[in-house]
Amino acid sequence: MKSVRIGAAQAFYGDKLKPAIDMARNAKVDYLCFDCLAELTLAILQKDRQKNPALGYTRDVIPVMKALLPICLPQGIRLITNAGGIHPEAAAEAIAKVAQELGLKLKIATVVGDDVLPRLNAFKSQGHVTAMLGAPSDPLGGLPPMTFANVYLGARPILEALHAGADLVLTGRTTDTAQYLAAAAHGLGWSLDDLDKAAQGVIAGHLLECTAQATGGNFSGAWWEVEGLENLGYPIADVYEDGSFVVGKTPGSGGLVSVDTIKEQLLYEIHDPSNFISPDVIVDMTGIRLEQAGPDRVKVSGAKGRAGPPTLKVVAGYPAGFVGEGRVVYTWPDALPKAKKFESLLRKAIEDDGIKIQEFRAEYFGVNAIHEGNAKLPSDELPEVVVRVAVRTATEREAQRVGRHFPPLGIAGPPHLTGLSGISGARELMGVASFLVPREQIEPHVQVRMQAL
Amino acid sequence: MPTHTVQLRRFCMARSGDKGDAVDISLFAPDEATFQLLREAVTADRVNGFFADMAKGPTKRYELPNLLALKFVVQGALGGGAAGSLRSDNLGKAYGANLLHMTVEMPADLLAQCPDMRHPDSRGP
Repeated sequence: MKSVRIGAAQAFYGDKLKPAIDMARNAKVDYLCFDCLAELTLAILQKDRQKNPALGYTRDVIPVMKALLPICLPQGIRLITNAGGIHPEAAAEAIAKVAQELGLKLKIATVVGDDVLPRLNAFKSQGHVTAMLGAPSDPLGGLPPMTFANVYLGARPILEALHAGADLVLTGRTTDTAQYLAAAAHGLGWSLDDLDKAAQGVIAGHLLECTAQATGGNFSGAWWEVEGLENLGYPIADVYEDGSFVVGKTPGSGGLVSVDTIKEQLLYEIHDPSNFISPDVIVDMTGIRLEQAGPDRVKVSGAKGRAGPPTLKVVAGYPAGFVGEGRVVYTWPDALPKAKKFESLLRKAIEDDGIKIQEFRAEYFGVNAIHEGNAKLPSDELPEVVVRVAVRTATEREAQRVGRHFPPLGIAGPPHLTGLSGISGARELMGVASFLVPREQIEPHVQVRMQAL
Repeated sequence: MPTHTVQLRRFCMARSGDKGDAVDISLFAPDEATFQLLREAVTADRVNGFFADMAKGPTKRYELPNLLALKFVVQGALGGGAAGSLRSDNLGKAYGANLLHMTVEMPADLLAQCPDMRHPDSRGP
């Protein structure tokens, strides 16, 4: 049966580069796909673009393409990435420059049209903004103006770019799976209206898009038995004409592909498993079958598809104040009582400085910082405790002043404070609003721009 | 048949992540019989109460018998959502581990056939 091989090269902005290089060299893939955009990433890129209008894309795309284009282009491996972030045109320009410096010839396709910030007010006044299921009925009500707003695009514009002969497809906000579905549909000649196949393509993408999380990384089973974590291979999918696929990993790499590692990733961050929504298809996972098909190979079949929704999801961000924070260490004896005294003294010092506290959070690492009330407290005295304090303020200036109140307590508070290196400056916080817009408001504005170098 | 009070960490896998201000937790049973036990014992209400001091709720549960798994989506769990949260665990990555604190009553023979999900150094004498 005809098949295509799709590899996962990057799971987030800042992911390791070596597994992608190893895959491009050794795994004989037809497509390399990248998901660089978590929900949080757009907020980071927005801050970048505010500082420099030529930015707004994931900047590691430059070293990534410098390393991978010379390996991939001669083999005919196509690359699909959403590294464009909130500014794909700028990313295309920067990559074109790199390609020219390296003397490479390629066709770059840039997908634009996901940025809907300029149209947000019109959407609102024309009644095109609707709430997501279970969310407040007026999703933008009472919020400050948004600083970015991007719609999740699906596989169609990417598929169009591949049909037009693109060697590299560069997009902004897409679903995490769109790159993978487009690759499968292009390689196997699928119509995206063949919904069960499209559903399998989305599942292949979902399993691969977090790279190492499918191949033994962040594995909550017997993680200590996973061999070769220092050389963990990223996942590949051999996708067959009938929609079934087998997940494996780069030959010679470490890690583990088992029914357990795959099922853990399959359900990762999906919410309702019978209603996993993408622009192209709504996927039902409740009939999926997983079978070990060999060492480090798992066969996946049985996803069902229904037609995509009449609306598309927009993710938008708005300023949510600033945080100033720091952490210090207290040691035995009396580590925890000392740390608690530090917290109350610090709070008083911050208030006395005139900083208006919007939210105050103290966490005790080694005690209950993360598990909170469910943490089991040791009966013995603790050898050491890290206390972290984070304060939300309205202004950057106030957040910057928070950290200054940590060091004086080393000489003016309880004894044996140490580890003063963990104090940071102000960091801007972003709120994220998600809502729906009719797809006919979006799709006519989506364009694929081809550029031949 | 005698039963034991057992923490989920003894025999379950769990992974969690974020979507907006909600945390999304998957809990995996090692076999069919254990899955049926979890289905009875680890209800949406119980999980909601378990996280009551950290999350506003509500909690919704989904069942995946094909994967021997339960999925919990807990709303209002991340201090407003990753990019605007003061929580160290702003992405909810540790909620899955946290859920493994929960205990269930388990027949001894069922427990005996479950794999031990504790690292050898954590098993004690």
